[in-house]
Amino acid sequence: MRYLVSVIDDKSNPSSTDRQPAISAFNERLIAEGYWVFAGGLADTDAATVVDNRGEQAVFSDGPFVESKEYLAGVWVWEAPDLDVALKLAAEASKICDRKVEVRPFL
Amino acid sequence: MSDVDVCEAITRVHHDEWARIVAALTRRFGDLDIAEEAAAEAFATAVERWPADGVPPNPGAWLTTTANRKAIDRIRRENKRDDKHREAQMVYDDPPEPVGAIDDDRLRLIFTCCHPALAVESRVALTLRMVGGLTVPEIARAFLVQGTAMERRITRAKAKIKAARIPYRMPSADDLPARVSGVLAVLFLVFNEGYLASGPGTDPVRHDLTTEAIRLTRLIRALLPQDGEVAGLLALMLLIEARRPARVSASGELVPLTEQDRGAWDAELIAEGHRLVRERLAAAAAGAAPGRYQILAAINAVHTSARDVRDTDWSQVLALYDQLVRLDPSPIIALNRAIAVAELDGPEVALAIVDRLAETLAGYHAYHATRADLLRRLGQSRQSRAAYDRAIELAGNTGETAYLTRRRDQLQ
Repeated sequence: MRYLVSVIDDKSNPSSTDRQPAISAFNERLIAEGYWVFAGGLADTDAATVVDNRGEQAVFSDGPFVESKEYLAGVWVWEAPDLDVALKLAAEASKICDRKVEVRPFL
Repeated sequence: MSDVDVCEAITRVHHDEWARIVAALTRRFGDLDIAEEAAAEAFATAVERWPADGVPPNPGAWLTTTANRKAIDRIRRENKRDDKHREAQMVYDDPPEPVGAIDDDRLRLIFTCCHPALAVESRVALTLRMVGGLTVPEIARAFLVQGTAMERRITRAKAKIKAARIPYRMPSADDLPARVSGVLAVLFLVFNEGYLASGPGTDPVRHDLTTEAIRLTRLIRALLPQDGEVAGLLALMLLIEARRPARVSASGELVPLTEQDRGAWDAELIAEGHRLVRERLAAAAAGAAPGRYQILAAINAVHTSARDVRDTDWSQVLALYDQLVRLDPSPIIALNRAIAVAELDGPEVALAIVDRLAETLAGYHAYHATRADLLRRLGQSRQSRAAYDRAIELAGNTGETAYLTRRRDQLQ
């Protein structure tokens, strides 16, 4: 079962410290224990462009599709046998990157 | 056997066997919907057949077999045959798993229904449906929700269990205490909703809910006999339930503990509750630190030990509240502790404690009711009346509203 783990940051109360070394160590462990599928950090929402080509021509607009103080800062994709395993890892992940995370199963 | 006897037999078997059948089917078919529907169909078949054929010698086994067939029929009908049927057959052909005392199917079912990834209301509803065997309309009525809304809530919860793959198994040893406390919280919610039912036009006490909560807690106790908090919660519920006959007056008013007719209390439930409390006191003496349900049960044991309210050992009650506050420094515990303080040190000292809780408990009816009573005892009628007014505004229980209104109107 694959789970998308979204890392949620908060613009008004951002995670302050540099978590990269701890996150890298955690990722090494995910790989070693067979849970790792993919992960990546995302650039700030200021760098986002929304594309809408449902009409006559493609419209490009600057910025994220929704403005909110909470935004997606990065994602993991994990392979885990069930939600309990995923939640246990997610609890660690939240502590390690000092942010909220959301766990959602793939269909 | 008369139809009445058959009907009674079915009701009894439903009580005793529903959770076991649903739990076994869930393990075999890995699907709560199939398990629930097949179990319900099996009971419907029993209602049709038993009056004519007689109650089978082993009703539980008959129902399990019937429910298994119904489930397989259903899977075939729904054309899920290839995967599910093969899967089920594989499980069936496997040698049975070793079943330790703790690995009961029903316990797995309870842990699944009370999974922390589900919303609390969903946990309550799902537990009552899957483990308690209550119908959706019954659960909807109990929580004053529309039947369709309750149906949606349960359907959503089951869909999440399936989609997110919430496992059907015992939590691991290091997760167990936290998960058990989640289950106990759900059962205590059910009990409290029965004990102090909310909503206009509702009976002040919903006996069906308190009974169901006690029945399910007994089940957990049978499955986890070593857990002190399970024993504590069961004792707590029994000692509160024992006072039910004295709790509502003929006119439908709630009667506070200190004014109840103690002769009307259920002596058998009190004896059982006291036995459990003594068992936990012995464990505590041997070094097991008691949790909040055990301490609450001990407080209720002190109250139910006094044959007359004047014999209440308030210093013991206060000592237990002091212990509870260290464990759970919540304002509601502090409020209840203040009631014991009032008995020992007088209403003035208690009022000072209560007033410090003003900010956090401003929206809680019991805060205003407690204040109203303390102010009344201090002769401050005008302020007492205002506090009663606020308590009446906030109280959701019809019996409690009636009681508070009478107390307010008695003020000079």
